[in-house]
Amino acid sequence: MDKDSEGSTIDTTLNFEAADSVTSRRSDDVRPMMGNEAMARGAWEAGVQVGAAYPGTPSTEIMEFLSAYPEADVRAQWATNEKVALDVAIGASFAGARALSVMKHVGLNVASDSLMSQTYIGVNGGLVLIVCDDPGIHSSQNEQDTRLYARLAMVPCLEPSDAQEALEFTRLAFTISEEFDTPVLVRSTTRLSHTRSLVEVGERSDIEPTGFKENPHKNVMIPSNARTQHPRLIEREEKLKTYFENSELTKWEKGDKDVGIVTLSTSYVYVKEVLPDASILKLGSSWPLPSNIISEFSRSVKRLIVVEELEPIVEREILSMGIKAEGKAFFPRVGEFSPEVIRDGLETAGILQKQKNKLNIDITPTVRPPVLCAGCPHTSSYMAVKSLDARVAGDIGCYTLAAVEPLQAIDTCVAMGSSIAVATGMAKAGTETKPIIATIGDSTFLHSGIPPLIDAVYNDVNITVILLDNHTTAMTGGQDHAATGRSLRGDETHRVDFEQIVNACGVDWVRIADSYDLANMYQTFREAVEFKGVSVVISDRPCVLDPVKIRGETLVVNQSNCVACQACMNLGCPSLVWSDEMYDGHHKVKIDAETCIGCALCAQLCCTDSISALPKSK
Amino acid sequence: MNKQEKPNSITNVLIVGVGGQGVIMVSKVLARLCQRHGFDVKQSEVHGMAKRGGVVFSHVRFGEKIWSPTVSEGNADVLLALEWAEALRWLHYLKPKTGTFIADTQHIVPPFACLKRHRGAEQRYAQETPEEIVSQVAKGYALDATGIATELGNFRVSNTVLLGTLSTALAFDEADWRDTLAELVPPKTIDTNLEAFQKGRDWVEEVKKTPKKEKNTKKPNKIAPYQQQVKIQNDIQQDLIPVITAAWCKGCDICVKMCPERCLKLNTKEVVELVEPERCTGCRICEWLCPDFAIDVVKVPTPLNEEASKSKPASLPETV
Ligand SMILES: Cc1ncc(C[n+]2csc(CCOP(=O)(O)OP(=O)(O)O)c2C)c(N)n1
Ligand code: SF4
Ligand code: SF4
Repeated sequence: MDKDSEGSTIDTTLNFEAADSVTSRRSDDVRPMMGNEAMARGAWEAGVQVGAAYPGTPSTEIMEFLSAYPEADVRAQWATNEKVALDVAIGASFAGARALSVMKHVGLNVASDSLMSQTYIGVNGGLVLIVCDDPGIHSSQNEQDTRLYARLAMVPCLEPSDAQEALEFTRLAFTISEEFDTPVLVRSTTRLSHTRSLVEVGERSDIEPTGFKENPHKNVMIPSNARTQHPRLIEREEKLKTYFENSELTKWEKGDKDVGIVTLSTSYVYVKEVLPDASILKLGSSWPLPSNIISEFSRSVKRLIVVEELEPIVEREILSMGIKAEGKAFFPRVGEFSPEVIRDGLETAGILQKQKNKLNIDITPTVRPPVLCAGCPHTSSYMAVKSLDARVAGDIGCYTLAAVEPLQAIDTCVAMGSSIAVATGMAKAGTETKPIIATIGDSTFLHSGIPPLIDAVYNDVNITVILLDNHTTAMTGGQDHAATGRSLRGDETHRVDFEQIVNACGVDWVRIADSYDLANMYQTFREAVEFKGVSVVISDRPCVLDPVKIRGETLVVNQSNCVACQACMNLGCPSLVWSDEMYDGHHKVKIDAETCIGCALCAQLCCTDSISALPKSK
Repeated sequence: MNKQEKPNSITNVLIVGVGGQGVIMVSKVLARLCQRHGFDVKQSEVHGMAKRGGVVFSHVRFGEKIWSPTVSEGNADVLLALEWAEALRWLHYLKPKTGTFIADTQHIVPPFACLKRHRGAEQRYAQETPEEIVSQVAKGYALDATGIATELGNFRVSNTVLLGTLSTALAFDEADWRDTLAELVPPKTIDTNLEAFQKGRDWVEEVKKTPKKEKNTKKPNKIAPYQQQVKIQNDIQQDLIPVITAAWCKGCDICVKMCPERCLKLNTKEVVELVEPERCTGCRICEWLCPDFAIDVVKVPTPLNEEASKSKPASLPETV
């Protein structure tokens, strides 16, 4: 069986539609879909015409799936960052088309500025934002709850609980957007985005775009117009409240009257799993809340419990209505929910009996964190950075993995694009005796690294910026960006030239170095650090996984020559492991032939010249 | 298996392994098969870091109606592991009295297992043997699926070998398994995959025939030699330490650059110094590379304890 990529790439294999031999009792329009695929489908069925996103786990596949629909239906694109993605969607909405913007939770921080004004303006064509949260922090820098943004922007926030709802809610979001003249948030979570379940699909509704509607009072946010729009938001909120009171999105499931559960999103399916007989009020939107039905529900049960992942938003809102409710007393405010978490909470609440049925075997799990790939060009860049004994402001991407053993080459990591300005701040503080370096990936640089670079030049600081150009957005599964020369659909397009951009920002010292040439990297970095002012080194080597898997000749360690100094292992290449042979109490090293890609970086580090290419067999 | 025979019952399968092994492919075949039989099915995995050699797991739940996408601890009817340490990591998910445990005995040693550099350092990898585990679970199969796949000429089909083993634990028709597998793998690899699938089934047949005692055939590779070596090395009562003859050092920086642990540094007088003695592993690289023979790595008789290593430079005053 061929190994699937298991990254955030599009998966076409599980296309159940193709199989006609299916002996399913379900209709032909039912197929297994990942939550992300279902949301793309929902948008397509709603007649979306423009889609823009910046990748980010777990949201990435949504735009990839959307781009698989015909271009005549929908223009789907990668944007340079989330704010650009939202602005593109806003523009399309102005032009009267239905538009979608997709991002991960932290992406909304970047895009929030536009959202906060657009909510005053409203929409022309339906405008929907899908935002994916990451409870449990599977691959993010924080665990923020997007629903707080919905409150701040006073926009509805639909929260589907499974893939079927993901499709339906996304489709409906466009209607709500146009009917109530508001942007609409659809909030997913990692679990929903990455779970496959059976989904009944529908057809695309052909919506004729209306074209631009001239209306400066509504479309131009200057103070006088904003002042008249703000009260409109409050009216809109009331109307939405009424809508959710009567909408099919709000579901009352009658059951046991002792406990009533108010829940939404994936928490709902966990509750159904653990407490199938309870009375449940399932909300479709966490904002604004249908207060009448909630209070009616609360009167019908003896005890009201709110089950929601992350922040107690619904719980506090219910409490503020003067209704007695419990929730976060039993369920954590951090981490991902699961049936176990819900069960534990209900046990603490005295609703379920304690249950113990686990195998009693005590095992210390083997530590297996994600690591940089064998042959990753970032490994050698950071080897060279380490030789400088510098203070290193890191950024977000695969290269953040250089923060852990054995490289341990990054001192800080804040948010996308922060590194350069953080380095500037360190330099301005004047407390640092070591050279100050910022390391930033190519996609991150385009996302939000250019303004801070201009700032560094403008304010004349002495820092070195290392632009790790691996020709892709690797961490999220290898998406194209403005400097790869390819669009989301794989078509050839304009390509940004990093050296020119850096020069144009006013940087006087720029070099390009191949990160597979370690000696040259050491030398170039040294010169860069010695330069007084802003110096930039662009390390230039493609990622070994994306867009194409790179494999060269496998290397071997000559066991009789290896002195077990393990200098090569400082790279952290996962193909380098201990061999069974020892030298003077230390393990010699061997190379795993299955995973080595033959980058020869380890050979460059070997003090005894023990690493060389595998002799060719005839 | 169809819904009439098993009313309202839900089957939970947890498939685990390491990035790149094909965990998700196995779970796709199973999910597809369940769908063909008219079951409701949910398949849930968290990817993102999987490509970087991290842990991969996929929950497959099927039955009349499925709510939670994830299996709860202690509730897996089958735990299928494509790697030994991963099998152990998820063991507590298995149903204690009835769960079936299927695991490849192969070891994929993570780089983190080989991080400690001092003499006699231990590899940090699971110590439990297949015999120990299989004897403690309700139903257990530990096989060298990677070995079987390698014999077939493609170690990558080890996941299909295990799928074959899994097929004996779930009551779908053998022909259905084969059809679904053939449908989902790339056309060119169908034959190899079907062969691998058969091997996995055959292995179970063999085990059923042989008397109970020798149920699991292979020992985990390599674990014993490491443990033996570690034992010997822990007896070493000596430590190695570089002794620097300051007068001979001309500050060329070679040892500083080449020290794998970066524990040497030039001081203000451009003479090399051992600044991080606790990091020194005594590998002798500096001694060998010094063009002026200014460094000697000598054996210092000392118990291997913290304090002794911290006080090292102080105990060698005349030479540093
Ligand atoms: C605001 C924000 N948007 C998106 C992400 C998701 N994300 C994390 S790393 C990354 C890609 C970084 O790509 P690049 O800088 O090229 O580094 P590489 O992974 O290729 O080494 C993205 C998009 C994020 N963490 N924060
Ligand atoms: S995916 Fe590419 S950039 Fe990321 S660790 Fe692997 S080689 Fe490096
Ligand atoms: S050549 Fe060396 S560093 Fe490169 S992938 Fe192979 S073992 Fe790793």
